Amino acid sequence: MRFSGLRVLKEGLTGNRGWGPHWRDPAPKPAYDIVIIGGGGHGLATAFYLAKEHGLTNVAVLEKGYLGGGNVGRNTTIVRANYVLPGNSEFYSHSLKLWEGLEAELNYNVMHSQRGLINLFHSDGQRDAAARRGNAMINQGDDAELLDREGVRRLLPYLDYDQARFPIHGGLYHRRGGTARHDAVAWGFARGASTRGVDLIQNCEVTGIDTSGGKVTGVQTTRGMIRARKVAIVTAGRSGQVAAMAGLRLPIESHILQAFVTEGLKPVIDNVVTFGMGHFYISQSDKGGLVFGGDLDFYPSYAQRGNLPTAEHVMEAGMTLMPMIGKARVLRSWGGIMDMTPDGSPIIDRTHIEGLYLDCGWCYGGFKAVPGSGYALAHLLATDRPHDSARGFRLERFRDGVGLMDEEGTGAQHVTH
Amino acid sequence: MRLSKGGRIDRSRAVSFSFDGRVLSGHPGDTLASALLASGQKVVGRSFKYHRPRGVFSAGSEEPNALVTLGAGARAEPNVRATMQELFDGLEARSQNCWPSLDWDLLEVNDLFADFLGAGFYYKTFMWPRKAWEWLYEPVIRRAAGLGALSGQADPDPNEKAFAHCDLLVIGAGPAGLMAALQAGRAGADVILCDEDREPGGRLLSEVEEIAGAPAMDWVAATVAELTAMENVRIMTRTTVTGVYDHGTFGALERVGRHQRHRPGVLPVDCFWRIVAKASVLAAGAIERPVAFQDNDRPGVMMAGAMRSYLNRYAVAPGDAVTVFGNNDDAHRTARDLQAAGVHVTALVDARPGATCALDLPFHPGAVVSRVSGRMGLETVSLRTASGEVKLQSDALAVSGGWNPSLHLTCHLNGRPSWNDELAAFLPQPGAVPGMQVAGAAGGVFATDACLASGAEAAGCALAELGLTAPPLDLPQAEAQGYGIAELWAVPGRGRAWLDLANDVTVKDVRLAASENFRSVEHMKRYTTQGMAPDQGKTSNLGAMAVLADATGRDMAATGITTYRPPFVPLPIAALGAGGKGRGFAPERLTTSHAQSLAMSAPMIEAGLWYRPSYFPRPGEKVWRQSCDREVGHVRQAVGVADVSTLGKIDLQGADAGRFLDFVYANKFSTLAEGRVRYGLMLREDGHVMDDGTTARIGPEHYVMTTTTAAAGEVMGHLEFAAQVLRPDWDVRLISVTEQWAQFAVAGPQSRALLEELLGRDLSTAVLPFMGCMPVTVGGIEGRLFRISFSGELAYELAVPSRYGESLFATLVERAEARGGGAYGMEALNVLRIEKGLLTHAELHGRTTAYDLGLERMMSPSKSFIGKAAATRAGLVAEDRERLVGLRPLGASKMILPGAFLFEEAAEPVRVNAQGYVTSSCYSPTLGDTLALAFLKGGPERMGERLRVVDHLREAVTLCEVCEPCFLDPEGERTRG
Amino acid sequence: MRMTCPLCGARDLREFTFRGAALARPEGDDWNEAWHDYVHLRDNPAGESREYWAHRAGCGAVLLVSRDTRTHEVFSVGLARGAGA
Repeated sequence: MRFSGLRVLKEGLTGNRGWGPHWRDPAPKPAYDIVIIGGGGHGLATAFYLAKEHGLTNVAVLEKGYLGGGNVGRNTTIVRANYVLPGNSEFYSHSLKLWEGLEAELNYNVMHSQRGLINLFHSDGQRDAAARRGNAMINQGDDAELLDREGVRRLLPYLDYDQARFPIHGGLYHRRGGTARHDAVAWGFARGASTRGVDLIQNCEVTGIDTSGGKVTGVQTTRGMIRARKVAIVTAGRSGQVAAMAGLRLPIESHILQAFVTEGLKPVIDNVVTFGMGHFYISQSDKGGLVFGGDLDFYPSYAQRGNLPTAEHVMEAGMTLMPMIGKARVLRSWGGIMDMTPDGSPIIDRTHIEGLYLDCGWCYGGFKAVPGSGYALAHLLATDRPHDSARGFRLERFRDGVGLMDEEGTGAQHVTH
Repeated sequence: MRLSKGGRIDRSRAVSFSFDGRVLSGHPGDTLASALLASGQKVVGRSFKYHRPRGVFSAGSEEPNALVTLGAGARAEPNVRATMQELFDGLEARSQNCWPSLDWDLLEVNDLFADFLGAGFYYKTFMWPRKAWEWLYEPVIRRAAGLGALSGQADPDPNEKAFAHCDLLVIGAGPAGLMAALQAGRAGADVILCDEDREPGGRLLSEVEEIAGAPAMDWVAATVAELTAMENVRIMTRTTVTGVYDHGTFGALERVGRHQRHRPGVLPVDCFWRIVAKASVLAAGAIERPVAFQDNDRPGVMMAGAMRSYLNRYAVAPGDAVTVFGNNDDAHRTARDLQAAGVHVTALVDARPGATCALDLPFHPGAVVSRVSGRMGLETVSLRTASGEVKLQSDALAVSGGWNPSLHLTCHLNGRPSWNDELAAFLPQPGAVPGMQVAGAAGGVFATDACLASGAEAAGCALAELGLTAPPLDLPQAEAQGYGIAELWAVPGRGRAWLDLANDVTVKDVRLAASENFRSVEHMKRYTTQGMAPDQGKTSNLGAMAVLADATGRDMAATGITTYRPPFVPLPIAALGAGGKGRGFAPERLTTSHAQSLAMSAPMIEAGLWYRPSYFPRPGEKVWRQSCDREVGHVRQAVGVADVSTLGKIDLQGADAGRFLDFVYANKFSTLAEGRVRYGLMLREDGHVMDDGTTARIGPEHYVMTTTTAAAGEVMGHLEFAAQVLRPDWDVRLISVTEQWAQFAVAGPQSRALLEELLGRDLSTAVLPFMGCMPVTVGGIEGRLFRISFSGELAYELAVPSRYGESLFATLVERAEARGGGAYGMEALNVLRIEKGLLTHAELHGRTTAYDLGLERMMSPSKSFIGKAAATRAGLVAEDRERLVGLRPLGASKMILPGAFLFEEAAEPVRVNAQGYVTSSCYSPTLGDTLALAFLKGGPERMGERLRVVDHLREAVTLCEVCEPCFLDPEGERTRG
Repeated sequence: MRMTCPLCGARDLREFTFRGAALARPEGDDWNEAWHDYVHLRDNPAGESREYWAHRAGCGAVLLVSRDTRTHEVFSVGLARGAGA
């Protein structure tokens, strides 16, 4: 069924009886060409692009819970392409271009809103780093503008320009940056993949990966054994456990990132604002909630919840930067499991086991990567060659030191990115 | 309407307040909601999506409808629950989400189009034309969405945060909580008793019942008096425990100043508490849930228990003719109390077919309310009874679908509640929060006598864990009310029946979601937005689940519930972020010369948490460059003085200190002689450069290390780790002494003469060679003198204990000025170091290796050190790495800005052609030219090459020549002079 | 979250800094699998995890902590010095 305004009108007039399931709930078949472990954003996008770009539909996505229940359903929804380092630049640039056509491609309104993103800077040194970033973005073909203090004031009049602990010197403005409705991205990809014949199997936990003679043969699940020629691990914070089923040890440590949303408010923050000195970023959802977050809790965890010190620090950062949000109330908080790598950049690669693929290490930047990651992994699965946009995401870069992408420059400590 | 007697209000005093500009009156003891009801204000707000008129629905923090904006101007606060806001004289409240007025709201038109605006409709439309989302659809949707509005002005009110510690935290001061606190208090435990309400009592505040043969509130008063008299018990009213965190940490919001007119400087609005408790008792009570039926959101429909609160506690009659509808015994109490207050009860409708009633009123067992009417206030109630439809003229309807235990806090550490068929409710998972006992209604114990017993028992368990002896149990006599619930969630019918009033989610929405395969309870929540409004679904979650369970053919247990996460009630950002406003966000570190720098009109700039002077303007200097050029000249031609105290200083001592330095630095230190200083390069374990600095050996087993300002903390942590974990057996101890020493650079050809004069001693190279150090006495104070240079000039750094820093700086500046020099700031310091090709964090940005910096020869082949192995990785020594070079402009344009990229002359300036980037640049008054440092692919092999420097952002393209990164005195003759 | 420093007693999380998984550092100056393993690869257990933490805002001691990454339960805290990895 094609979604459109007309269709909404017609259904409204006829009692909304014509709507059907957005995706099928098939029973797992005994064998597939490709099994994708993980029904989050990246896994669902991979399934969609396998079907659409490569015509591969004998594919299953296995999800231990419900579709889109991981980080794609719990993040601060920011979409941007503002990276400095080769490897990242071309990937996120490609991903943003996919975002820009996503609604048309999926026939699903994911509310991708290019409302502009401003990275603030607070010293000459930070301005220089922002300038390098902006120039790198333009080198890549994306957009960037360097704003001075007055330029920032015109866009964000509500910041504290007089008393803030770290005075605002200016900002890097990325007009094509913005947000999207996170759940809808998962659902849109799920619908697109399911419609094209991919089996999306919920409540199906993978408990083992079968290999034979260095080749993958299938997976064990809570719903029985499923044979597969190729298996892709797309399980974010759980990558370590799933990869261990195949005897792999990954360069990943799982950490908590908390995020927060307030009660609904009339429009007050029109852009995405990031405050590097305070590790604080904020936007306002279309429903009116202020959506914001900060840094990791800084200890490994699978508990999907955080503790107060980080939460308080995030609020304090908000208060120094934009004290007009003081009377907004935090309605919900949550914690996601972040798959942190030693250089803060992801991995999309084959493994030493034939037929076993990895898509992981998205740290806390995985949401904006969803289309790009799905596209690149689908390409790798279908052709066994990395997609041009993701050549940098090699697993081996840590071993050989070639093409490390440590955007923060904090080194090989998973917790610091 | 206000009843003529009763209630816990002070009728002797009137409190004046306004709602939408209309001046009304209430009494002390009222909430805004009770005062509005007493004033006959039926409609208090508009719903989120359909803008339907709404009235007060509850009497607590679960309120979905009665959200108002309080105050005006910068103090305006949106989304305040009228049911929680205590009335004070001069309170100003305004309705929200309506235009032009509460009574005439244009967007009520949405209600007519409800068939097109069902769950998730927006995912299916607004996609054409492609670019229209940002300029057309989204702005309209954003304006329509949201509830109240922020003022857009800085929040002027004070807020606080605090810590508290106790043995036992009791959450909730109803019968169970009071009993638990009493038992624990008598046992001598250190107890904190928190309650959301302004006074203890819980449900007893709203009920007519007896404890120990007297009105229940007498028992409450006596108990509170006894607790108040105990030194080991703290009662915190107006305090909602909002979150459970690990290891006995709780978050709690105390509403400190909200119950009175704001008095700036006197009381904070809120205080956010971090309470650490060894054990806890959750006695948070229960929240009543509604039943869905057609138009059940109309003003005048109210929870049955809330109606008792308004009747008994606030002496407010919700209407003249009231219908009561329920599926449990508790609803009968509302009918009873209404009658007792003299309010006409049109019917008691009990969905249970076999129900009996002891009251003298029209009773309909086995019947349901099928619909109500009355857009701006209830007019009729339609019943579906065994004998057919009955229509009643009623202006209020009390509804009870049963009670949900307030188990939210037991879920904050991932506890999963379990379904109980008998109570038709979820009950907390035992042991879900370590050390937490659940008592009373929060654990599904509803009768008052059982609540008292359960509170005492919970306290007993907690006391046993604390190693305290519980006193003999002394339970007062109390009522043993029946409950007898029969599940009823939604009355079948044609129209729209509301589940989530706050977000306008109806039974149809949940069914639509299920039919579209949003069958997981999480999917349903996200698709319909049920439970995501300010009330967090407190009254609607279970109803929505039940409808979903029915639509998907599952039972409640299999359907499950969504996860409750902190906070239990929405928390103001200002409270959780108290202390962060303005400069409070981060500590300010000030050098000993700070005041003097300010006195010299130096603009101060941030360096990490420190402030450092940018330059020291003199009369006649109009732009910073003039001052900077002059200050560079001071150092190059006379003598300059700069405060360098912000650099990290680490004191290392022990027999193995030298060996330890060998381990943490890439170059060798164990060969450093006493009285000598060496430049050191420190790597991370991954082979990249972490930091650089100098280390002096000031005694046989005593070293002082300096780090960069930015990396001081990181290096200290790194060294502690190396000493304690990697080399635990070595004899080395370290401590940060950054704050203990004030240190000043004295640089320039006349620096020696200045210091010789100041110190009254010979400082010739024979006495203190370049990279030497010695103890000195400055005006009778013991200090340290280092002959080191970050400017390429003859230079020293003189350190004294911090308390003498201010005085020494003044002396040094005065003497420098007398010699034609003076103080210099960060701008000049930066120029001086660029002229010499020296490094800062612009180059040591964490991605560079010793090889990139031209320092590969510092990596000692004769010893092991941190990072040595990783630095040998192929990728870290590849010839095409970006490596440090100097740049000088060739053409007319001299503009080279940090952040610009390097390209071959003819190449298009795009990513694949980038050859490197500029890290630092300056105008050198010494050389009369622009100088820059850059990283360039294969840099050292490309000397003399012409490159284009492209800065897209600032539209600067400059032709440059690649040169060595040291522009001045490469042989270092000045330094050694 | 709270941890009990053997030197200072029970303190709030905000006094402590996570310092990474407790792994034995290889010796030797040549990059090899053992080094790659130590610097980059992690067991990343969902369950008991042995970690180093520093009591940075307290006594400065580096601590060896055993902790459950699923529940945050702390099993043991000791001084890292002399504990071995």
